[in-house]
Amino acid sequence: MSDELIWRRRTRQRDLMVWFCYLLAIALFLFCLERISFATEWFFVQDAPRVAADLGSRMVPPKWNYLRELWIPLWDTLNIATLGTLLAVALATPIAFLAARNTTPSIRFVRPVALLIIVSSRSINSLIWGLLLVTIIGPGVLAGIIAISFRSIGFVAKLLYEAIEEIDETQVEAIAATGASATQVMTYGIWPQILPTFAGVSVFRWDINIRESTILGLVGAGGIGLQLQASINIVAWQQVSVILIAILLTVVVSEWVSARVRHSII
Amino acid sequence: MLKLENLSKQYDKGDEALKEISLEVPAGQIVALIGPSGAGKSTLIRCINRLVEPTTGTVVLDELNITSLKGRALRLARRQMAMIFQEYALIERLTVMENVLSGQLGYVGFLHSFFRRFPTEIVNEAYEILGRVDLQEHLYKRADELSGGQRQRVGIARAMLQRPRLLLVDEPTASLDPRTSRQIMRLLSEICQERDLTALVNIHDVALAQVFVDRIIGLKNGEIVFDGKSDELDDDTLTHIYGKEDWATLRQTGADDSAGSIRGGSISESSDEHMRGLS
Repeated sequence: MSDELIWRRRTRQRDLMVWFCYLLAIALFLFCLERISFATEWFFVQDAPRVAADLGSRMVPPKWNYLRELWIPLWDTLNIATLGTLLAVALATPIAFLAARNTTPSIRFVRPVALLIIVSSRSINSLIWGLLLVTIIGPGVLAGIIAISFRSIGFVAKLLYEAIEEIDETQVEAIAATGASATQVMTYGIWPQILPTFAGVSVFRWDINIRESTILGLVGAGGIGLQLQASINIVAWQQVSVILIAILLTVVVSEWVSARVRHSII
Repeated sequence: MLKLENLSKQYDKGDEALKEISLEVPAGQIVALIGPSGAGKSTLIRCINRLVEPTTGTVVLDELNITSLKGRALRLARRQMAMIFQEYALIERLTVMENVLSGQLGYVGFLHSFFRRFPTEIVNEAYEILGRVDLQEHLYKRADELSGGQRQRVGIARAMLQRPRLLLVDEPTASLDPRTSRQIMRLLSEICQERDLTALVNIHDVALAQVFVDRIIGLKNGEIVFDGKSDELDDDTLTHIYGKEDWATLRQTGADDSAGSIRGGSISESSDEHMRGLS
C-alpha cells in the first residue's frame, strides 16, 4: 500500500510555511487587540449604547422646515462636485498622455514629472486640500472646487494613462501608416479606444466628488458641510438629522445617475 | 518602382531581424513574401513605410529615398504606401465610413479631420469604393459589428481611399476562414490590376499565394532564400524555407480546399452572404 500515489495540494515544506504564516497573523492580531484595549476607556464604551440612544432621541423628530435653508448649500455642494470634476478632467487628460509610456514625449524626463503630479494629487485628501486652499484663497465655494479638482486629477489621470498604455497599438500603426500627423494619430488612433474609460472614470469620479464635497464645509470650503458643522456646534441635533437625510438622498441620486451613465457607455 | 538596398534591422534586444536585404519590385507587380514566423516578413514591410526604423540600408520608392525622410516629408511619402493588416487594425469604435475616410488623414488638416469635414469629392469617392467592396449597406455600422471578411474589406477600402501607388499587406488572410481568405486575396489582386498598384503581401498560405501572385520571395532568418515566379517554387525550396514537411500532401489539401470553396458558393455560410460580387 505504501507505494500508492497520494496527492496533496502542497509539498510538506510549503504546508509548514503556510501554517507558520497563519500563526504569525494570529499573533499579530492578538498583539494589536491588546494594545487597543489598553488605550481604550472601557467605561465609556460600556456607556455607548445609552449615549447613542440618547443622541438618537434628540435627533427625532427631524426639524423638517430647516430644509428651506438647505437648498442653497445643497446646490453649492453639487456645483463644487461638478465644476471640480470638470476642471480635474480637463487637467488630467493632458497629464495622462504625458504619463503613458506609449504617448509621453520623454520617458526619462516628462513621464516622471507627470507621475509625480499624479501621486501627489492622490496622496492628499480633499479635506486637507480644502484646509490649505481656505487659508490661501479664503473660505467659500471656489476653495471647494479647487480642492475637489486637485484631489481628482491624480485619480482620473492614473486610470486614464493606464487605459492609454493598454490600447491596441496596431490601430495606431494603421493611422500612422496613412500619413496622418501626430495629432491625427491621437484623435483617430488613440482617443476612440480610451473614450469609454474616459467617460466612465469621469462620471465615477463625479459620483465620488459629491460625497466628498458634502464634508468640505467642515473646513470652510463651502457646501452643506458648513451647515452640518454649525448645527453640531449649537447642538441642534434635529437639524443635523435633516442634513444627514438630505446628504443621503443626494448621494443615492448621484450614484443612480452615475450607474446609469456608465452602464449605457460600456 | 520599389528598391531596397542592403536593408538591415537589428532590434534593441540584439536579434537581427533583417540581414542586408536587397530587392527590386517593378511597377504593377504583386509579390508574396513567404517564410516561417519570425523570418522578418512583418519587419521588412514595416521598414518600407518606416513604422519600424531600419538600422542600415535604404528604401527607394520612385527615386525618393524614404529612409532619409523626416517629419512632414515622411508623412507625405507614407500617403503613397497604404497598409493592410492581419487583424484588420480598424478603429473599432468608429463607423465603417469613418474608418474608410481615415485613409485620407494624410491629405486633410487636423481640424477638418477632427470635425469629420472631408471634401465632398472624397466622400463621393469613399461611397464608390464602399460599393466596390460591397459594403455600402454597412456604412453607418461600427467596425466591431462586422464579420472578419467584412472588416478586412473595410481595411482594403481605407487603403484605397489613401490613393496609394504601393500596397503593403501584412498577413491579410491569417485571421480568416479559407473561403473568405480566397475572396480577400482575389479582391486584392483585382484591385491591384484595376488601379495599377504594386503590392507586397506577407502571407503564410503558400498555396493561396501561388494562385494570386506573380512573384514569390522566400525569407528565412532575415535573408532572402528564394526569389522567383510562383510556379518555380518547388518542394525542395519549401523544405529549405520552412523545414522538412510532406509538401505534396499539403498541396493536395490546398487543392481540395479550393474545390470546396467553389462548391461552398452555393452552400454559403453565415455572415459573408453579401459577398455576391466577389465570389
